[in-house]
Amino acid sequence: MIQVNNLHKKFGKNLVLDNLDLNIDGGGIFAILGPNGSGKTTLIKSVLGMVVMDKGQIAVMGNSVKTNWKYRKEINYLPQIANFPGNLRVRELIKMIQDLRQKPNQAETLINLFKLEPFMDKRLATLSGGTKQKVNIVLAFMFDSPLLILDEPTTGLDPSALISLKELIQKEKAQGKTILVTSHILRFVEEVADEIVYLLEGKIYFKGTMDQLKTRTNQTDIEHAIAAIATEQEHA
Amino acid sequence: MLKILKYSFYDLMRSRWSYVYFIFYLLLGFVLLFLNNDVSKAVITLMNIIIVLVPLIATIFGVMYYYNSKEFTELLLAQPVKRTSIFLGQYLGVSGSLAMSLVLGLGIPFMLYGLLRSNAIWDFSLLLVTGAFLTFIFTALAFNIALSNENKIKGFGYAVLLWLFLAVVYDGLFLISLIVFEEYPLDNFSLIATMLNPIDLSRTLILLKLDISALLGYTGAIFKKFFGTQMGFLVSMAILVVWTLLPIFRIVHKAKRKDF
Amino acid sequence: MDSRSKLILLLFFAWSYISYGSTLEICSSCAISSLKQGVALAKDYDTLLIRKGTYREFDIVVDKPLSLLGDDYPIIDGEDQGEIITITSDNVTVDGLFIINVGTSYTEDFAAIRVVKSKNFLIQNVVLEKLFFGIYLEKSTYGKVYHNKIIGDAVEEFNSGNGIQLWYCNNIEVEQNIVQHVRDGIYLEFSDEITIKNNISTNNIRYGLHFMFSNDDLYEGNTFENNGAGVAVMFSKKIRMYKNTFKKNWGSASFGMLLKEINDSEIIGNIFEENTVGISIEGSNRIKYMENDFVNNGWALKVRGACYGNVFSANNFLYNSFDVSYNSKLNDNQFNGNFWSNYTGYDLDKNGVGDVPYRPVKLFSYIVNRTPETIILLRSLFMDIIDFSEKVSPVFTPDNLRDNSPLMKKLP
Repeated sequence: MIQVNNLHKKFGKNLVLDNLDLNIDGGGIFAILGPNGSGKTTLIKSVLGMVVMDKGQIAVMGNSVKTNWKYRKEINYLPQIANFPGNLRVRELIKMIQDLRQKPNQAETLINLFKLEPFMDKRLATLSGGTKQKVNIVLAFMFDSPLLILDEPTTGLDPSALISLKELIQKEKAQGKTILVTSHILRFVEEVADEIVYLLEGKIYFKGTMDQLKTRTNQTDIEHAIAAIATEQEHA
Repeated sequence: MLKILKYSFYDLMRSRWSYVYFIFYLLLGFVLLFLNNDVSKAVITLMNIIIVLVPLIATIFGVMYYYNSKEFTELLLAQPVKRTSIFLGQYLGVSGSLAMSLVLGLGIPFMLYGLLRSNAIWDFSLLLVTGAFLTFIFTALAFNIALSNENKIKGFGYAVLLWLFLAVVYDGLFLISLIVFEEYPLDNFSLIATMLNPIDLSRTLILLKLDISALLGYTGAIFKKFFGTQMGFLVSMAILVVWTLLPIFRIVHKAKRKDF
Repeated sequence: MDSRSKLILLLFFAWSYISYGSTLEICSSCAISSLKQGVALAKDYDTLLIRKGTYREFDIVVDKPLSLLGDDYPIIDGEDQGEIITITSDNVTVDGLFIINVGTSYTEDFAAIRVVKSKNFLIQNVVLEKLFFGIYLEKSTYGKVYHNKIIGDAVEEFNSGNGIQLWYCNNIEVEQNIVQHVRDGIYLEFSDEITIKNNISTNNIRYGLHFMFSNDDLYEGNTFENNGAGVAVMFSKKIRMYKNTFKKNWGSASFGMLLKEINDSEIIGNIFEENTVGISIEGSNRIKYMENDFVNNGWALKVRGACYGNVFSANNFLYNSFDVSYNSKLNDNQFNGNFWSNYTGYDLDKNGVGDVPYRPVKLFSYIVNRTPETIILLRSLFMDIIDFSEKVSPVFTPDNLRDNSPLMKKLP
């Protein structure tokens, strides 16, 4: 599904991704974890082509990211901070994205699921952070694409919306899709992720299943495992 | 790209600022015509406004729009849309709506006033065309500045400085060099210096219409050839086109390499 | 022809001789087939009726009072040999001829029609083409040059002549002539009491009208357009110039009108439109400029050198790039009650007169005088700022040069 080879990215003098290789095969939920500034978002944005890499190759479903933009038709992306053009109404935004992608979609169902009907004619600038995030989720899940990239999907969600989100993710997984998630909420990660990719200082520090992680760190719960892996690095 | 253009345009058409801009020109047109009652004089006053105000508004508006639509841009970047289409679409959306406000805002009062029957129609159309060109040029320059500066305040600062430089300082330096080097033949220098500044270039184009009598008083052979024939007009127009395309190319170039 | 009709004809001729002189017919198949022959045969006050045709002749000297009357524009072709008609007698009329191919010379001023020391002549309805000099009046008086058309093909000054030239003449009327493509359309030297009215002088290489050492003349209702250098009026006094139009005289040494050493004259009701300089004034004093329109000129007025006691009032200055330019800091001329389209003042008391004076001289015009290339900065914001500061505190331009009662509305 995604092949990343020898990926380098610098912002100014700051080396964010350093010779990173990553191979994600199709199917399942992959959690990308790592401390702040470890390059999670940069990695995701490189895959999406929003960040232009300095060196290396990324291929999504065999298509090189550099030369092609059409591969993004196969990706649904949920950005970290739900920033939308403020003077657009929710309905217009959804219609616009539909118009841009020209794909069958299930917006109605999702709007019902997250109870967004009352907000449909409100301007995005007037919405609360949680509602914006719901709109964000609708936009990300409404198309049927083989690859989903979710950057901090839980931000600002109330418990019932969070449950709906988890169900959604499981449903997508059941359809054999590949889902990339970053999150700081480890409970959430533990619940949904099949595999964990741990990034540190611009490199893949660990890649494997939850159990492999626990075994390696001799910890029983994920929070400690992650903490352990971080300190392991410090001691090394 | 057309879709992005459509949405940018649409987005702008409902933002207050395009209306403010449109209404400003509308009022200006009416005030000039109905208080003065004289198309020729109105055209001269308009020229001053167009070569000073249009670049300023285009610059500020361009920078502002770019920074304000950052979210929109980021949203689009994750969609299956070509990068250059996004930026060109937005650019054309802004400059197109500004140019439209200008042309309609000034055009409507002049039409109502009976411009079509007046012989100032050519001068006036030229003014609008030049105004539109300046809008496209300065919006493109503004986008360039904004693309190169993440910091809003800095971006604004540079944009205003750019305007100040091209609208005032440049001519000051130009004048000083003309006076200092008055012993030398300055024909070529003057013409080239004019071409290097889109505001001066537009001004020259309008001068060719309004002040040809005075311009032909100048003795230089190159000037004479330039002003006395169609050549001046054609060359100036061609260079305005170049002035529009260059910053657009840079937008494309920059946009391809920028991280979000 | 029987004897009876011969008698009638004779009586007819006798009658016409008594009242008008007789008429001699000239045509290629007539008894008289050339103008020279006709003049030689004619008696005083005869009429030579010249039928349509082509007459290849030059040096026709009319030395007795005759009328040369053309029937449907007969062509007198000088074949570039020299002068064509020379009038040396009083009371000569030339009417309805088409004269072409006057000889060109660098030593002699050959003319199509020359009048020498004669009185009471009339030259009308004559068409001149391919000429050197057109109608040349020399030391003649009380004549009239009326409704002629002179179309030259002059390209350069040194080998071309003038359309209508007056030299040491007085009391002559030049009216309704059309003069084009010659050196000077109308040229006057040492000629007084001349009336030049309703002529159209265009596309001439040098001046539409050129005027030297000639006093007490009137020109009225003429149009001077697109001449190399416009109209030059020099070294004369008591000239009246009314309702003329000066248009499209473009070029570095070009002006609608040049006044040089002109005194005690009146310039009223003229239109100066789209000239590089409307009026260029040098050493001219006590002139009244009134009710003129200066429209779209580069400079409406360019005042150089000593000009004193001139009055400019009730003129319209409309959309000129510069209204007035001065090359000195002194000013002894009055500007009063003109309309200036560049005036930006206000009229709070609503009396039709602006409440703040108008300063027609801009600093920029001073700069352009110094460094002509700076013209390219015309109407730039920078120049406006500089002009504004000069307006607030004049440093380079005459302080007292201002219109203290600028009008708010254009004069009709």
